[in-house]
Amino acid sequence: MSDAPILEASGLDLRFGAVPALDGVALGVWPGEVVAILGESGSGKTSLLRVLSGALAADAGEVLYRNAAGALVPVHAAGEAALRRLARTEWGFVHQNPRDGLRLGVSAGGNVGERLMAVGARHYGGIRAAAAEWLRRVEIDPARMDDLPRDFSGGMQQRLQIARTLVTRPRLVFMDEPTGGLDVSVQARLLDLIRALVADLGLAVLLVTHDIAVARLLAHRLVVMRRGRVVEHGLTDRVLDDPQHEYTQLLVSSVLAA
Amino acid sequence: MSAAPQDAAGGGTLAGYNFAYLDEDTKRMIRRALLKAVAIPGHQVPFGSREMPLPYGWGTGGIQVTASVIGPDDTLKVIDQGADDTTNAVSIRRFFGRVAGVATTERTAEATVIQTRHRIPETPLREGQILVYQVPMPEPLFRLEPRVAETRRLHALGDYGLMHVKLYEDIARRGEVTISYNYPVMVNGRYLMSPSPIPAFDNPKMDRMPALQLFGAGREKRIYAVPPYTAVRSLDFEDHPFRPNRADAACALCGSRDSYLDEVVTDDRGGRRFLCSDTDYCERRRAEQ
Repeated sequence: MSDAPILEASGLDLRFGAVPALDGVALGVWPGEVVAILGESGSGKTSLLRVLSGALAADAGEVLYRNAAGALVPVHAAGEAALRRLARTEWGFVHQNPRDGLRLGVSAGGNVGERLMAVGARHYGGIRAAAAEWLRRVEIDPARMDDLPRDFSGGMQQRLQIARTLVTRPRLVFMDEPTGGLDVSVQARLLDLIRALVADLGLAVLLVTHDIAVARLLAHRLVVMRRGRVVEHGLTDRVLDDPQHEYTQLLVSSVLAA
Repeated sequence: MSAAPQDAAGGGTLAGYNFAYLDEDTKRMIRRALLKAVAIPGHQVPFGSREMPLPYGWGTGGIQVTASVIGPDDTLKVIDQGADDTTNAVSIRRFFGRVAGVATTERTAEATVIQTRHRIPETPLREGQILVYQVPMPEPLFRLEPRVAETRRLHALGDYGLMHVKLYEDIARRGEVTISYNYPVMVNGRYLMSPSPIPAFDNPKMDRMPALQLFGAGREKRIYAVPPYTAVRSLDFEDHPFRPNRADAACALCGSRDSYLDEVVTDDRGGRRFLCSDTDYCERRRAEQ
C-alpha cells in the first residue's frame, strides 16, 4: 500500500428530510485495500457508497479521487462527462442484483465486451478473446459466451457481472452487497473468487455489506455505521474480535453460528 | 439555395398564399434549425414541425426542409426508393410544382434540390446540389436505449459503446453485421447518426459528398445535416470491416452491375427479376446503349 489514499472523503452530510443519512462521515481508501462498510438496513451505508461514487450529491463535504495519473479529482465537481469516463475506465461497480449491472438481452460475451468497446476497442477478435479469458477467470465456461445472461443461474450472473466490471482493469471497485440473494455454497465460491481476483489485480475495493462473515473474509478494514455516523473503524480483526462501541458489540454478538 | 423572396406571393398567385406552401416565419425557423444542424454535423436539432397536407411517414419532414430551402430558380427532383414515378415522388413533385411553381426534373444532374426517400441517386452529386432526406426515426440509438433523455446524454458524452455492442451481437450470432439499411454512421468523428433508411449500399456515397445533405424528420420534429465534404464513416470492427451489400445480379433492363437493385417478383412460381432502383440512372444507361 502506498501512502496516498486513492479515495478520500471528509465531512459528508446528507439528509433525507428530517432523517440524517450521513452525518459528518470521513473515510479514506488506499490502493490495494478492501474497506467494508458495515451496518444495519437504513444506517446510511448505501447512501455513502452512492455519494462516494458521485451518483448522489451530498449536502456538505468533499470526495477526492486520485486518478491513475496521480491527480486529485473532486468527484462532485468533476462534471458528468468526467464521472462517466471514470466509471467506465478506472472505476467498477458490482451491484447486489446482477440485473442492475448486466444487459440481460445481450450475450455474455457482449456484456463483457461492452466496457472494452466503450473505451474504444474495435477489434472483434480481440474483444472476444478478452471476454473468453475473463469468463474463464470467473469460472464460466467460455462455450457459454454467446448465451444470454438471463439463462444463467444467480451465481453465474453475479460472476459475469464481476467479469464485466474487471475487464477494463479498474483501480477502484464499488460493491454493494455482492453476495446478497445467493445461497451459502454459491456465496462461499463467489467470495473465494472475489478474494483471489482482488489480490491478483491489487484492486482497491469499497464494499457495502450487512454480513459480518463477508466483511471478515474480504475486508482489510471495517467502517461500522449507524444512523449516518461512523461509530467505529479499524482493522477487520481488531473491530470484530474486540469491538469497542456498543453497537458493534451488538452486531458481533448477533451473528448466528451454524 | 437561392434567397426566398419575401413577397413571394407575387407573380399572379392567390392572395394569402405564400411561395412554397409554408409561411415565411416558419421557413425562417426551419432555416435557423438547418444552419445550426450544418454547424454541428450529425447533431439532431429540434424544430417546430408543422402539419403538412400529407400523412406522417410520407415525408412531412423532408417536404418542410425542401420548402424552406427551395427558391423560384431551383429545379426539383423527388425520388422514392430511387424511383421518380412512384406515388410519393409524383405527388410531392406535383405539390411543389403547384405551390412554388418551380421547374421539376427526373434527371439527377439537372436538379438543384433533390428530395429523397430511402435512396441516394447513383449519379454522383456535385457542389451546389442539396439532397433532402425524409427521415422516419432520427435517433440511431432508439432500439437500444428506450429513454430519449438518456440517448441525448449519450450523444452529448459521445458514449457510443452501446451501438458497438449491437454490432458485436450481430457478428457473434450470425457471423456478420446484419443491418442492411439504416446502417449507423459516425459523422465528422463526433456524432452517431441515422442515415435514414437508405440501404447500407449507399452509405459510402455520403462520405465527403460534394453536395449538402439535409435530413428532416417531421413526426419526430428533428433536423440534422451533413455539410459538403464531411467525413461519414459506417461503424465497423477492424477485423470485420463495413461491407455494403448488393444483390449479386445485373439489372434486367440496363445490365448494370454497379447500381443498387430492386427484386421484382414476376409470378407465383418463383420467377423474379432484378431492376435498378434508380430509374433515372437506368433510363439514361438504356438511352446510351
